[in-house]
Amino acid sequence: MTVSQRIETAAQTEGPSTLAAQVRPAVVLVAAFTLLLGIAYPLAVTGIAQAVFPAAANGSLVTRDGAVIGSALVGQTFTGPGYVHPRPSAAGAGYDGLASSGSNLAPTARTLADRITADVGTLRSGGITGLIPADAVTTSGSGLDPHISPDTALLQVPRIAKARRLPEAEVRAVVLGSVEGRLFGLIGEPRVNVLALNAALDDLKP
Amino acid sequence: MSTKTVASVASSDLIGRAAIDAFKKLSPKTLAKNPVIFVTEVVAALVTLLFVRDLMTGNPVLFIGQITAWLWFTVLFANFAEAIAEGRGRAQADSLRTARTDTLAKRLLRADDRTLWSKGSALDLAVGDHVLVEAGDLIPGDGEIVEGIASVNEAAVTGESAPVIREAGGDRSGVTGGTTVLSDWIVVRITAAPGSSFLDRMIALVEGAERQKTPNEIALTILLVGLTLIFMIAVVTLSGLAAYSGAAVSVPILVALLVTLIPTTIGGLLSAIGIAGMDRLIRFNVMAMSGRAVEAAGDVDTLLLDKTGTITFGNRMAAEIIAMPGVAEAVAAEAALLASLSDDTAEGKSIVKLVAERYGVATPGTRPDGAAFIDFSAATRLSGVDIGARRIRKGAVDAVRRFVAKGRASVAEQPAFAQAVERIARSGGTPLGLAEDGRLLGVIHLKDVVKPDIKARFAELRRMGIRTVMVTGDNPVTAAAIASEAGVDDFIAEATPQDKLAYIRAEQAKGRLVAMCGDGTNDAPALAQADVGVAMQSGTQAAREAGNMVDLDSDPTKLIEIVGIGKQLLMTRGSLTTFSIANDVAKYFAIIPALFVTAIPELGVLNVMSLATPESAILSAVIFNALIIIGLIPLALRGVPYRAVDAASVLSRNLAVYGLGGLIVPFVGIKIIDMTIAALGLA
Amino acid sequence: MTFVGWLQIVLVFGLVLAAAAPLGAYMAKVYAGERTVLTPVLAPAERLLYRAAGVDPAREQGWLGYTLGMLVFNAAGFALLFSILRLQDILPLNPQGFGAVAPDLAFNTAVSFVTNTNWQNYSGESTLSHFSQMAGLTVQNFLSAATGLALAIAFVRAFSRSGATTVGHVFADITRSTLYILLPLALVTALVQVSLGTPQTLDGSVVLTTLEGGQQTLAMGPVASQIAIKQLGTNGGGFFNANAAHPFENPNALSNMLTIWQMLVVSTALVFAFGRLVGDRRQGRAILAVTGLLLVTAVGLCYLAESAGTPMLAAAGLDPAGGNMEGKEVRFGIAMSALFAAVTTGLSDGAVNAMHASFTPLGGMVPMVLIQLGEILPGGVGSGLYGMLVVAILAVFVAGLMVGRTPEYLGKKIEAKEVKMAMLAILVLPTAILGFSAVSAVIPAGLAGPGNGGPHGLSEILYAYSSAAGNNGSAFGSLSGNTPWYNTTLALAMLLGRFAFIVPVMAIAGSLVAKPKLAASSGTFPTHGPLFVGLLVGIILILGGLQFFPALALGPIAEHVQMQAGALY
Repeated sequence: MTVSQRIETAAQTEGPSTLAAQVRPAVVLVAAFTLLLGIAYPLAVTGIAQAVFPAAANGSLVTRDGAVIGSALVGQTFTGPGYVHPRPSAAGAGYDGLASSGSNLAPTARTLADRITADVGTLRSGGITGLIPADAVTTSGSGLDPHISPDTALLQVPRIAKARRLPEAEVRAVVLGSVEGRLFGLIGEPRVNVLALNAALDDLKP
Repeated sequence: MSTKTVASVASSDLIGRAAIDAFKKLSPKTLAKNPVIFVTEVVAALVTLLFVRDLMTGNPVLFIGQITAWLWFTVLFANFAEAIAEGRGRAQADSLRTARTDTLAKRLLRADDRTLWSKGSALDLAVGDHVLVEAGDLIPGDGEIVEGIASVNEAAVTGESAPVIREAGGDRSGVTGGTTVLSDWIVVRITAAPGSSFLDRMIALVEGAERQKTPNEIALTILLVGLTLIFMIAVVTLSGLAAYSGAAVSVPILVALLVTLIPTTIGGLLSAIGIAGMDRLIRFNVMAMSGRAVEAAGDVDTLLLDKTGTITFGNRMAAEIIAMPGVAEAVAAEAALLASLSDDTAEGKSIVKLVAERYGVATPGTRPDGAAFIDFSAATRLSGVDIGARRIRKGAVDAVRRFVAKGRASVAEQPAFAQAVERIARSGGTPLGLAEDGRLLGVIHLKDVVKPDIKARFAELRRMGIRTVMVTGDNPVTAAAIASEAGVDDFIAEATPQDKLAYIRAEQAKGRLVAMCGDGTNDAPALAQADVGVAMQSGTQAAREAGNMVDLDSDPTKLIEIVGIGKQLLMTRGSLTTFSIANDVAKYFAIIPALFVTAIPELGVLNVMSLATPESAILSAVIFNALIIIGLIPLALRGVPYRAVDAASVLSRNLAVYGLGGLIVPFVGIKIIDMTIAALGLA
Repeated sequence: MTFVGWLQIVLVFGLVLAAAAPLGAYMAKVYAGERTVLTPVLAPAERLLYRAAGVDPAREQGWLGYTLGMLVFNAAGFALLFSILRLQDILPLNPQGFGAVAPDLAFNTAVSFVTNTNWQNYSGESTLSHFSQMAGLTVQNFLSAATGLALAIAFVRAFSRSGATTVGHVFADITRSTLYILLPLALVTALVQVSLGTPQTLDGSVVLTTLEGGQQTLAMGPVASQIAIKQLGTNGGGFFNANAAHPFENPNALSNMLTIWQMLVVSTALVFAFGRLVGDRRQGRAILAVTGLLLVTAVGLCYLAESAGTPMLAAAGLDPAGGNMEGKEVRFGIAMSALFAAVTTGLSDGAVNAMHASFTPLGGMVPMVLIQLGEILPGGVGSGLYGMLVVAILAVFVAGLMVGRTPEYLGKKIEAKEVKMAMLAILVLPTAILGFSAVSAVIPAGLAGPGNGGPHGLSEILYAYSSAAGNNGSAFGSLSGNTPWYNTTLALAMLLGRFAFIVPVMAIAGSLVAKPKLAASSGTFPTHGPLFVGLLVGIILILGGLQFFPALALGPIAEHVQMQAGALY
C-alpha cells in the first residue's frame, strides 16, 4: 500500500466545522505550544549549548590578559595608525553592538558617492595608489563585519609598519599569516579578522 | 453528407448583415455578457468624451481621435465576429423554420378512437395529446407512435429524403414535428410542448439565440475577467507610480494601455468560437442538447461502439464455400448459387456475388425452368429451391442436418462437415449448411466483414488516449475474433442493456468518461448514464430523451467524429487564449517606453522595436490589437486544425504555433503598423 | 562572477536536494499518519496535546471547518503575541529593561509574525526582551510555518482523495507539522548553529573594552534557538536588526550555507512529499524543475549584476573585479550574498545577509521580482506549494484546453469554480502591492518613507508592499517603515497577502476534494514532462511579469538606465 492510497482510505468522518467548535482547540494549543516552543525549546537549547559549546554560546569572546577585548565574531573600531582598520561601519557611530545596520544607501545615492569619494581621498592622501579593494571603502550589511579582505589589509601595511617602526616585511608576514582561506578551498571568501590581526600585531612588539 | 452544403466561412451577403449587427450589438445590455469587450466599450466611451472636450477646446485631436476610433473598432470587430458566427447559423434556421409554420393537427378526442378528431393548430397541442397523422400530413409535434406504421420523410431535419419506416412499439417509434408522413397512418402521442419541440430547440441552437455558455466557456470567461481586473489594477495604479517619477500619463494613453493588455482578442472571439462549434456539429447532422455535451465529447476516454454497422458492415457476407470431400467445388458453388437466386437478403446476394467472382459460375439470365423457390421461414430455418427432383437447401447447420437426415436416414454425417462448421464458428463466422437431397455438399462461410478503414481509426483513437469497446450480441468466441480483427481494446459479448450499463459504471468508477450511442428504449438507462449519449434520430423517444445528443443521420460511426468536434472546440479556445496572453509581451515593449520616455529618456532602451514616436507606438499597439480580432475570425469559425495524435504532441504543436507565435507575431505586426503610420504621417 | 562562487552555489543546492528527498518521504509518512522513527518519542506528547485541546484527529474537517480552525488559531496566536509585546516591560526575562512596544509597532509586529512575514519595523537588539523573542516571536515562527504546512497538506489531499468531503484536521496537521517536522529540525540545527558560533544565552549583553581602549557593548541572547526556526519556517525575522548579516546570527561561511539550507529544505522536501502523496513522484519533480530553473536563473542574474558593480564605484577608483560590496559582508562575498538574496525571496523567508537597498538596481530587482512572482520558488513553508499549485491550475487551464479536453490537473477537472477562486487568489498580490504603493507614492505620509531619492525611492515603497503582501519580510531597509502609516498599511498588506489568499485557495481544495479522480491516458494533458515545465515557467513569468512590469520600469529599470548614464540623487 502506498502512502497515497493510505491517505485516501484515511478516516473521513466529518468533525465539527462551526466557528465556536474551533475556539477551544485553538486557544489550548496556542497556550500549550507557547510553553513547549517558547519556553521549553529555547531553554533546552540554552542548557545544551551552555554545557557543550560554552565559548560559542556566550559570544565567542576573546580575552587578553584576563580582560575581554572583543568577540572573535564582531568587528570593532580601530583608528590608530598602528592598527589595521576595519571597513567603514553604519552601525550607530561605528561598530555599535547595540545597533547593527547597513548604510542602506542606494547605488545612485549622492551621499554614498560622496562618502566613498571622501574615503578614497583619505586613502590616497595616505599614499595609496592603484585600484582600491571593493570592501575597503564600503560599509558592510551589519556594520559589524569583523573581516576585511587580504588586499585591504595589505594596503595598510606601510602605515602600520611606519607607526610601529617595524620593517614592512615583518608586518606583511603577520598580515599574510592571519589570512583565513576558503574552507577546503571552496567555501567562503579569503579574509582577515581585524581583531585577531591587531592582537597579533600587538604581540609582535609590546 | 446531406443536402445542406457547407457554406464558405462567409459570403458577402453574410458579411453585410454581420456588419450591421455589429453596430446593433453595441447596446451595453447585450455587451455586458462579454465583460472584456464591455470594459473596452466603457473606456472607449470615456475617451470619446475626452476627444469631444479636446475638439471644443481646440486642443490637437489627431492622436486622441485615432485612439478613439480604434477603440470603437475593437468593440465593433468583436461584435462582428459574433455576428458572423450567428449569421451562418441563421440561414440554416430559416430553412428549418419553414417546416414549423402552419401545421394543422388532428387531435383525437379519445386516445383509443382514431375516428373522432378535431382539427386545430399545432401550437395548441399539449403534452399527452394524441393526434392522427395520415399520408401527406406534417407531423404536428415531437411524439411517440402509439398505433400504426407509416413511412416518413424526415428531410426537414435530416436533409435525407429517403423515407424511413416508423411504427408503434419497438425501437423506431419516435417521430419529429415538421416531418411528413408519406404513406399509411399513425397515432402519435405528443411528448413535447409547442415551442420546445426538437425543431424549435434546433432553431434556437443554430441561431445562437438561446445559447448557454458551456462550462469551459464560463470558466474561461472568469479567467478573462480576472486578467482584466489585474490589468485594470496595473493601469490605474500606474498613474500614482508615474506621478512619483514625474511622468504624468494622460487618460487616453492609460486607456490605450489597458485595452491592449486586457485579453480582447480571445474575449472578442469567445462567443464566435462557441457558436461555430455548435454549428460544426449541426452541419454534421448531430444535435447536441447542451453545450456541456459537446465539451464532454472532447473529454471522452472510452467509446462504446455497436459492432453492427459501426465496426462491421451491417450484414454478414459469404467469404468462402467449403466443399465436402467428394464434392467438386464447382458443384457446391452452383448449388449455393441456385439456392440463393431468389434470396433477396444481403446474405443471399453476397453468396451470388461470391460464386460469380470466386468460382466463375455465371448467374443464369433466366430462372431455371420448373424451379420452385423455397423462402426462408423461421420454422424450418432453411431456404432453397426445388428444380424438378433436385431439392437444394441452405440454412442453419442443425436445420440442414435434419434435412439431410430426413432424406436418407442411414447415412452417417461426414466428419469433414463438423470440422468445417467448427472452424468457421471459431473464427467468428457463421456457418451455413448446404445440401442437396440427402447429401451434404458443403458449408458456406458467412463472415462479419470489418470495415476496411476501421482498424486505422481505432489506432488513431488509441493515440489520442481513447479506448474503444465493441458491444455485440455475438457469443464471446465470435466477438473475440472480430474484436481482434477490428483492433478494439475491449468488447462486451452477448451484451444485454444491463451489461452496457454495468460496463459504463465500471469505467466511470475508474475515472473515465464514457460515450456511447444507442437507439432502443432498453438503451435509455445506459445512454443516460454515459457522459456522452448519442441517440439515433430513428430511435425511440425514450432513447432520444436519455441521450444528450441526437444523430439525425442515425449513423453510429459518427461518435468518432463527435469526439473530434468536441476536442476542436476546446482546442480553439485554448489556443486563442494562449495567443492573446502571449501578445501582451510585445504590447508592453511598444507602450511602456512610449509612456515614460519623456520623463525618463534613458528608458528609450526598452523601445526594442525602435518605433518611430511615442504616439505612433501607442497607436500601433491599439491598431494591432483591433486588427488581430478580424484576422483571427476565420480561425475562430473554422477551429484550429485538429489531428488525432496524443495530447503531448498536440500540446507541443499548439504551444509552438499559438504560444510562441503569440509572442512573435505582434512584434512584427506592431512594427509594420508603426512604419505605415509614420509613412502616412498619422502620428 | 567566479568559478568558485558558482561552485559554492551549486554545492548549497546539492546539499538541499540530498536532504530534501528523504525528508520529503518522512513528511509524507507523517501526514499520512504512519509510524515514523520519532513516533515512539513524540506520540505520547501528541496524544496529550489532543486530549487537552479536545481534538479527535479521526474526525476530519471539510474545507470550511479547516479554514475556520486555522483562522481562529492564528487569531489566538496574534492576540497572545500582541499582548506579550505590549506587556513586555512587566514580563520576565527582560535583562535590558526594555519598555512596552508601541501599539502600532506591536500590531505590525504581531501581524508580521503570525502571517509568516516577519517584516521588522523594530530593531531586535534595542527593542525586544528575551521573553518577547522566545515566548512571542519564536513560538509564532513555529506556528505560522506549521499553519502553512497544514494548509499545503490539506490542499494536496484535495488532489489525492477522490469524491471525499474532508481535507484533514487542521489542529492535527498543525500539531504534527510542529512536533514531527519543525521541532526536531530546529533542535538539531540550533545546536549546530551554536557550534558554529551563534550565541545562546539568557544574559542580555556584554560590555567590553577594546584594544584601543574604547567601549563596545555586544547584544546577545537566546539567538540560535530563534534563528534556527526563523530559517526552517521561512519566517526571516532576525534576532538582530541586521538579521543574517549580523555576525552573531551568521558567523561564517559554513553557518551561511547552513542557514540557506535551512531556508530551502522544508519547502523543497514538501515538494517531494507532494509527489508521493499524489501518487506520482514525477509531478513533484516537475514542480521542482520549474523552481530550480527560475531560481538558478535569478541567482545568476543577481550574481551578475552585483559582480558588475556600478559606474560610480568604478569612477571612485575601486577595483571593478570586487563588484558592489556596499552592504555586503566580506565573509560571504558577492556569490553567497546573491544566492541568499534570491533564495530568501524565492522563498518567503525575508532574512537577509546583505542589504538589498544597497544592491545595484538590477541586482535588487531580482529579489523584488521573485516576491512579486508569488514566492513560489519554492516558496514559504507550505505557502509556496499551494501558491505554486494555484499557478499550475491556471497554467493547466489555459494550455490544457489546447489539447482538446476539459483541463485536468492530477486527475481533477479544473472548472469554473476553481478558476474563479484561483483568480481571486491571484488578484491579491497586485491589489495589495500596486494599490498601497500607488497611494504611498502620492500622499505625504507615504512619501516621507523613502530614504533615497530618484527611482530608488519608488523601489523602496514597491519593495516594502511586495514584501508585506508576499509575506516575505525582507526590505529595502532605507525605507522608514516605523510610522503609523507604514505600520498600519504594511500590516494590512500582510493580512491580505496571507489570509485573503488562503481562503480562496482552501475553497479550491474543498471543491477539488469532492471531485472524482480521473484516470490519466495518452489524451490527458501531461503535467510531468519538460513541456509542462516550460509552460509553467512561461505562465509564472508572464502572469507575474505582466502585472508588475510598468511599476518595475519606473523603479529599478529606470534607476539602472539612469545609473548607467551617471545620475545621482
